[in-house]
Amino acid sequence: MKNASRAILARPARRREIPKCPTGISGLDQIMAGGLPRGRPTLVCGSAGCGKTLLGMEFLIRGAIQFNEPGVCLSFEETAAELIANVASLGFDAQGLVDAGKLIVDYVQIDRSQIEETGEYNLDGLFLRLDHAIQEIGAKRVLLDTVESLFAGLSNELVLRGELRRLFRWLKDKGITAVVTGERGEGTLTRHGLEEYISDCVILLDHRVNNAVFTRRLRVVKYRGSTHGTNDYPFLIDERGISVLPVTSVELRHAALREFVSSGIPGLDEMLQGRGFYRGNSILISGTAGTGKTSVGAHFVKAAVDRKEKALVFAFEESRDQWVRNMQSIGIELEPAVRKGLLRHDASRPTAFGLEMHLVRMHKAIEEFRPDVVVVDPISALAHAGSISEISGMLLRLVDYLKSLGITALFTTMVQGSELEYTDLAISSLVDTWILLRDIESGGERNRGLYVLKSRGMAHSNQIREFALSSKGIRLRQAYLGPEGVLTGSARVVQEARERAAESAKLWEIERRKLQLERKRKALDAQVAALRVEVDAEEAELRQLLAQEGQRLEAARTERAEMAGSRRSEARAGAVQTGPNGGGRKR
Amino acid sequence: MTPQRKKVGRRITAGRKASRSPEWDLRLYVAGQTPRSLAAFRNLKRICEEHLQGKYRIEVVDLLENPTLARGDQIFAIPTLVRKLPEPVRKIIGDLSNTERVLVGLDLRARA
Repeated sequence: MKNASRAILARPARRREIPKCPTGISGLDQIMAGGLPRGRPTLVCGSAGCGKTLLGMEFLIRGAIQFNEPGVCLSFEETAAELIANVASLGFDAQGLVDAGKLIVDYVQIDRSQIEETGEYNLDGLFLRLDHAIQEIGAKRVLLDTVESLFAGLSNELVLRGELRRLFRWLKDKGITAVVTGERGEGTLTRHGLEEYISDCVILLDHRVNNAVFTRRLRVVKYRGSTHGTNDYPFLIDERGISVLPVTSVELRHAALREFVSSGIPGLDEMLQGRGFYRGNSILISGTAGTGKTSVGAHFVKAAVDRKEKALVFAFEESRDQWVRNMQSIGIELEPAVRKGLLRHDASRPTAFGLEMHLVRMHKAIEEFRPDVVVVDPISALAHAGSISEISGMLLRLVDYLKSLGITALFTTMVQGSELEYTDLAISSLVDTWILLRDIESGGERNRGLYVLKSRGMAHSNQIREFALSSKGIRLRQAYLGPEGVLTGSARVVQEARERAAESAKLWEIERRKLQLERKRKALDAQVAALRVEVDAEEAELRQLLAQEGQRLEAARTERAEMAGSRRSEARAGAVQTGPNGGGRKR
Repeated sequence: MTPQRKKVGRRITAGRKASRSPEWDLRLYVAGQTPRSLAAFRNLKRICEEHLQGKYRIEVVDLLENPTLARGDQIFAIPTLVRKLPEPVRKIIGDLSNTERVLVGLDLRARA
């Protein structure tokens, strides 16, 4: 037995999830790993106005339209006409479904003032009504909205509780997938503890007001026999019903594309390995006010539409027309792309909606338009719509979502003060490429500089380039980099002139030195010549001296010979005294 | 839902002098002949005989036979007695075992 149990433990748990019933509500099925538990009741609870009824109705309506599963709504609070009118405002033709025999809305009126209770009773009437409606249209889905109203209408709670238990059991036995709504209670999920009876699946709806902005949230509190997302998911109710926003790919599974897309600015592409951004990457353009962030974005958009790709711009500060017009001033003509349907704008004030609403709207717009590139200009404007952690959470979801679709996204953000390499929204780690635009103030001018702070997966330039906006778009120039730092604008021009002057001065100096040397050489030659002349002169003198001496010696010898001749004649003629100076010495 | 159910919309008009449109029009909704619905009918009959002799009409509706009728009178509990006439409409749910409450419910006795 021990072995057997070990074998069971050792075997990887087979993932056999319970059968699911898709709601068709965008995002919800994703969170619930396919949908609600099929054939079981699901409790949807929340306070007044949180959208319980709507969720239930959408479940029925989408069931009837998308999955061919007719539905019955037992409404305890609103009449059929009211309910149908309410969902009509969300674009659902419930009346058409009723007429087509796909939907039954039965209003159960419980008016305590009309009702007297005496003795024992049960809720067979309700069961029969429901059963009849289910049989009439072959319903697979049921909405009970809000059965807790029974507690207000009837005083015998004991009977009620027993009957509710029986009702849910009965629905299960019939294999009906039911949504049961319940009002949120103090400290409990529902006021009358319906969660006691419906324990398979519980969804909690909630709404909050943060900074005067309304946000709806949804959470799957419990889901027996199934995995499910556990977070608070923002959701939205608009003219197309409910949209729940799941945190898409927390797993970082998106494929890394090796393709490049141009930034639309040749100089910038050059800084990025000469090719541009990786497709599917996220790019952040940060800078202080007026540094040309939007213009960089516009170039990017222009490059995309020129490649016949679709671009979607979310503008939070300018209207569509303003955006297009302003970009004309730097020579970017976007109007044709708008007309061709390659470019779409979604302009809204950041404060117009809550953060989640923005995100959901963006998701929807992206899903509809299927763009290749997305520009969000600027994300810092969203700071009005939520707290920093919420915004970075939202951006994380957005970045992940875009990555999962392989969409290249460019975000602009405004930074303030001196801390340029710090984003208020803490999204720098989310983006792959971060380009910083900055003002460079010098010589009474404000010029723009651009540099690539980071770019994942490529050897990017480390230079600061001067960034000039002209009527022909953005031009990147090699900025002057010298001992005095980065020089831009006229300071750069002055510096360049100064450099040229210094250059020619140097040439002059060399020329001067050359001449000097020449002179020196000439002087040297002259000296050498003079010396030679002197030496020659001396030599000549010496030679003369030698010649004279030779003559003298010769003369002396001759004289001596003459003297000797004469002495011999004297000796013959007498004794001749020889003095000490009498030797043959020359003097 | 056994098929032996019968007496659809049993109409019991009591009192010899009962007019075509009696002053009291009562409808009792039941679901099959359960002991509880039989008791309700017995209790109702007794009370009517005691307090409304000759002025009433009781219609018994078995919802197992006629489920559609439940919607019209907004029936959810069984048994339910509906006072159609005199107006306003009143509903008494339960087996009608508490005569006092039934009389109050039918406005035959002032509320305590």
